[in-house]
Amino acid sequence: MSTLEGHGTSAKGGDVVKRHRLSTRVWHWINAVTLLVMLMSGLMIFNAHPRLYWGEYGANYDPAWLKISSARAGGREFGYLQIANTRFETTGVLGLWEDPEGRTQRRAFPHWATIPSRYSLAGARIWHLAFAWVLAGGLALYLAWSLLNGHLRRDVHITRREWKLSHIWHDVKQHARLRFPTGVAALRYNVLQKLSYAGVLFVLLPLIIFTGLAMSPGTDAWLPLATQIFGGRQSARSVHFICAFLLVLFFLVHLVMVLLAGPFNEVRSMISGRYRLPPEKADTPEEQA
Amino acid sequence: MSRLILSRRHLIRAGAVGVGGLLLPGCDRLFENRIFRETIESAEDLHQATQRTLGRDALAREFSKADMSPIFRANGSREVADAAYQRHLQQEFAQWSLRVDGLVERPLDLPLSMLKGFRQRTQITRHDCVEGWSAIGQWTGPQLGPLLDLARLKPEANYIVFHCADLYNGRPYYESIDLVDAFHPQTILAWAMNGKPLEQAHGAPLRLRVERQLGYKHAKFVTRVEAVASLDGIYGGKGGYWEDNGAYAWYAGI
Repeated sequence: MSTLEGHGTSAKGGDVVKRHRLSTRVWHWINAVTLLVMLMSGLMIFNAHPRLYWGEYGANYDPAWLKISSARAGGREFGYLQIANTRFETTGVLGLWEDPEGRTQRRAFPHWATIPSRYSLAGARIWHLAFAWVLAGGLALYLAWSLLNGHLRRDVHITRREWKLSHIWHDVKQHARLRFPTGVAALRYNVLQKLSYAGVLFVLLPLIIFTGLAMSPGTDAWLPLATQIFGGRQSARSVHFICAFLLVLFFLVHLVMVLLAGPFNEVRSMISGRYRLPPEKADTPEEQA
Repeated sequence: MSRLILSRRHLIRAGAVGVGGLLLPGCDRLFENRIFRETIESAEDLHQATQRTLGRDALAREFSKADMSPIFRANGSREVADAAYQRHLQQEFAQWSLRVDGLVERPLDLPLSMLKGFRQRTQITRHDCVEGWSAIGQWTGPQLGPLLDLARLKPEANYIVFHCADLYNGRPYYESIDLVDAFHPQTILAWAMNGKPLEQAHGAPLRLRVERQLGYKHAKFVTRVEAVASLDGIYGGKGGYWEDNGAYAWYAGI
């Protein structure tokens, strides 16, 4: 069984073909749950000290490049997100919000975005640090397996032709027009897909795991490089947060693309592996470009 | 029927706040399940085993004076209400002594002046709070290992418990470490911080420094060091104030 099995066969638009490998499907769903738990428990951990710094140290008296807090002005209390010197009011969502019992809370992220939903740094750490093993172990196994079975080389590897700016630009235009490949061509990842998947697999996920390790004082003792390459522990913490934000962005774009490409067919192909090729249209001249 | 409508309404409301709204009550309930919770809490053992395998004797990074935080934030108890403690503080701890006892051949009472007479270690290290912030400061004091050698640990001793003078939320603060950390060269009982005797807010007269673990392990106002075989029966039995009262991990190396 191999991914994109219909490729090179006589399959045409409308046919149901085998698409994602079992390893890809299993990892996808384990990872989806794990990343959600990591994100939401991570937001709770952030709530314990909702400020980010650059450098080795950083605490309340040191300047933060990002903070989420609440303040009062003219008798009115509001929540805000501050990045550098710019404040965005976020009342109701960040810094100042109401919990399900109707009480005003002044934590950074609201109850519906965190695990546990009630403030508990200890509880969030238990979730976060246990699922970190699932995330790191799952990624390592998936990458090793995908290297061995050729998934990375065949489906994610970006060829020299695809690296050409003209090719990338063509793909950007196709996406902007919401023109998606049809027939067997839909089985191939286009260059934007490859770039995002490679970016998540080889940059964001490894980086978020590594910066997580860098924050551990135990790891910092035997692997001081882990913090040093980021310019310090607080820098590593900031990078960790930025990676999480970029993964959320990836997730949102991913969801939108699945919705646009046909959610039933896409989700089915990630569960059972079966995928119906989008029917060819007669008038798609761009396809030849 | 009315129950059905209620549950549907409930579901819609939960759905309205997105995936989180649906997932969260589930996660909170799952966390209350004893087996699930014990399973994910057991990751702590994996953390400790991994860290010990990869860096049992590794030294925490030390910094230069130029790297130090301009202001080192004090956290936890900043004052000790106890009258005897306040008297000692007024006398600059001249009449005070540290008790070393438990599973030792020779219990000791070590006055502060004597503690300053041991070989001293000065280290500039980064203090990482479990909340996420860090501060770099300089600490000076005798290493814990030679003090324990002087008291001669009995072979059945497995942990060192640090009893503190402060109450936090009305309960005595304490902490504990195992012998690997107790005999680690950077584990000191600091009486000085940034070149000056410890201030009350930072844990005068003695603060444990156990540099490869998070801030809550660094017990302040240490008055007694006790060697024990097991942490069972010591206060809440989980080896520390935050471990007993907040489900924080005993091994705080990550």
